[in-house]
Amino acid sequence: MKRIFLAFILLFFVIGLSAQSLLDQSRVNGSFQIDGQFYMPDNELGITDSVIGGRKMGLNGFGNITYTLGNFSAGMRYEAYLTPIAGFDPAQEGNGFPYVYASYNTENLSVTAGNFYEQFGNGLVLRSYEEWTLGYDNSLNGLKATYRPVKGVNIKAVYGSQRYYWQKFERNSRGIVRGADAEVELNEVLPSMNTSDFRITLGGSAVSKFQRDADPSYFLPENVGAFAGRVNMSAGKFNFMSEYAYKINDPSSTNNFIYKEGQALLSSLSYSQRGLGIILQVKRVDNMSFKSDRGVTGNALDISFIPPLNRIHSYSLTGRYPYATQPNGEMGLQFQLNYKIPKGSTLGGKYGTGIALNFSQVNDIQRLAINDSTAIGQDGTLGYKSDFFKVSDHIFFRDFNVEVDKKFNSKWKAVVQYMNLLFDIATIQGKSGQEPVKANIALTDVTWRINSTRSLRFELQGLWTKQDKGNWAAGLIEYAIAPQWFFAVADQYNYGNKDVNHRNHYFTGSLGYNKDTTRIALTFGRQAEGVVCVGGVCRQVPASSGITLTLSTNF
Amino acid sequence: MNKLFFVFVLLFATVAGFAQQTEIPVVTIKTINGQNFSTADITNNGKPIILSFWALWCKPCQKELDAFNENYAEWQKETGVKIFAVSIDDARSTNKVLPLVNGKGWEFEVLLDANSDFKRALNVNMIPHTFLIDGNGKIVAQHTSYFEGSELELYEKVKKLAGVK
Repeated sequence: MKRIFLAFILLFFVIGLSAQSLLDQSRVNGSFQIDGQFYMPDNELGITDSVIGGRKMGLNGFGNITYTLGNFSAGMRYEAYLTPIAGFDPAQEGNGFPYVYASYNTENLSVTAGNFYEQFGNGLVLRSYEEWTLGYDNSLNGLKATYRPVKGVNIKAVYGSQRYYWQKFERNSRGIVRGADAEVELNEVLPSMNTSDFRITLGGSAVSKFQRDADPSYFLPENVGAFAGRVNMSAGKFNFMSEYAYKINDPSSTNNFIYKEGQALLSSLSYSQRGLGIILQVKRVDNMSFKSDRGVTGNALDISFIPPLNRIHSYSLTGRYPYATQPNGEMGLQFQLNYKIPKGSTLGGKYGTGIALNFSQVNDIQRLAINDSTAIGQDGTLGYKSDFFKVSDHIFFRDFNVEVDKKFNSKWKAVVQYMNLLFDIATIQGKSGQEPVKANIALTDVTWRINSTRSLRFELQGLWTKQDKGNWAAGLIEYAIAPQWFFAVADQYNYGNKDVNHRNHYFTGSLGYNKDTTRIALTFGRQAEGVVCVGGVCRQVPASSGITLTLSTNF
Repeated sequence: MNKLFFVFVLLFATVAGFAQQTEIPVVTIKTINGQNFSTADITNNGKPIILSFWALWCKPCQKELDAFNENYAEWQKETGVKIFAVSIDDARSTNKVLPLVNGKGWEFEVLLDANSDFKRALNVNMIPHTFLIDGNGKIVAQHTSYFEGSELELYEKVKKLAGVK
């Protein structure tokens, strides 16, 4: 009996030890979020019971869990949109596990099976990513391998099908994506360049999409190849990046089934030193929409990502007219200067003064008819001819803005911004027939630090335009008790609307509580119709009235 | 009795193994100059680390990092803390990060996570999201959102980790 007991203890000990050493290396983390909206009818905004259509509530939620044990990791994400909150694609409605993966990673090799995200270079030929706040997810479901044969060389290969809301992939239901990318950091590979101040990285990618041709009228390419090459150089305070992408003809709903090849070029040059940063970026895009289903339009099934270059604005009125890339063709540039007037100078004061200057403009590309008898962009033809260096007079977007931020003393600081905007609302938001919006926008954001943890923040903004919905004013007061509580009241007032009946106020009141990584926020009031953009993707948000609740945590 | 105690200790040791030992996951991201960077290299010789996720479009994030920057020299002197700021800006603005960081005169290390690989591995959803990591590379605290003064509370925790009064 005693012997058995001792043996048992010994066994237990051994198991305990090995289990413990395994458990020591294992790690579980995750996150969880729910966004809920409760809608109320609001006659002034034109929201009646029938508009809500019985859907008094929208709920978007997800739970994410990742398990890691040594070189092995696995994870999954549950999502539910029951029903999706206002402004999300109705195809989001549903629930399940759209993201499940297992992967094995060593220093030189990593393999993943299941769903994954990946980006080659700037994403001009391949980028799969996810943006929860917009309901955007084009993850690949398949296999991914990355291999590093020697230090400084990275090779990636992917293959799979893309997520399309809740539609399961079936034979011929949509395309299959395959791709490979290689990147070489010359300074790591060439011993003679190891210590050089001049750094250069080269990269190249190839992506192919396969989708069967079931079209009754056209012979369509079933395998569409896209290729990109890039270079990244830095020397002292200068940085240069350029990437060029080419795609063979790929007739689709987005380009009206023309047989033209696609091209894109993205370049940037920057100079920066302490207190000063300057960057100039240029871009040309011609017929570069690349989706894994040629019949799909809108924000889904994108294989490539064409980044818009303009500044992403953070205030409600400067962000009212956000630009979105026109994948069928655009040519743009952007310039930005950040300068910090040094501490101690007359203008710099005790803390220094920050200045940011930004200009961007995007035009359409020039398009010429391929011959006398074919209209520009006619389906089933080569579409049009376009000189690589020629732009059209048609301006899609122009934004000039200046921002100054200044800390006066330990209690007060302020941001002031002015923006001049030209926005082709007919092209960018599809509101055909509407005049381009020319607007002036000014704002100030003042923070008063009452004591070490309490602060008050005020925002005052104005937007002046004769087009679209006319003039707007906005104000906000926020009281925060760091690091946990905040309370805010805000109003947006469309006082310049030509239609006197639509000169509405959009009052909101909100409060929030943060404890470590748990956040609860509650907002009451009205939401103005608008566009929410994160990264490169935008989502139209309809006007609504009601209560919004956000609960999120992370462990 | 002795045997029982022995068993109890064994049991306890086994259960203790279940306790969370959260370290930074290892993924490859980029330095601000575009070179590959392994997150295993986020280290500070046994001293505390602040790891903060931010983006160019996020005002509160930049206010938080400005506040860190104002205090950084003093914090480093007192506790040896090191700050890493991870930008989750995507291809549309990764090239603007370096000029902005220099323009603002930020002194800490800035990394680029253009396709959110590091963000996902750490389950970061909203930014700013700031982690406090101890000298052994374990995550000991994390926080989302920034308000004026939040940096003081964080620094109290840094001081405690570094054993500074």
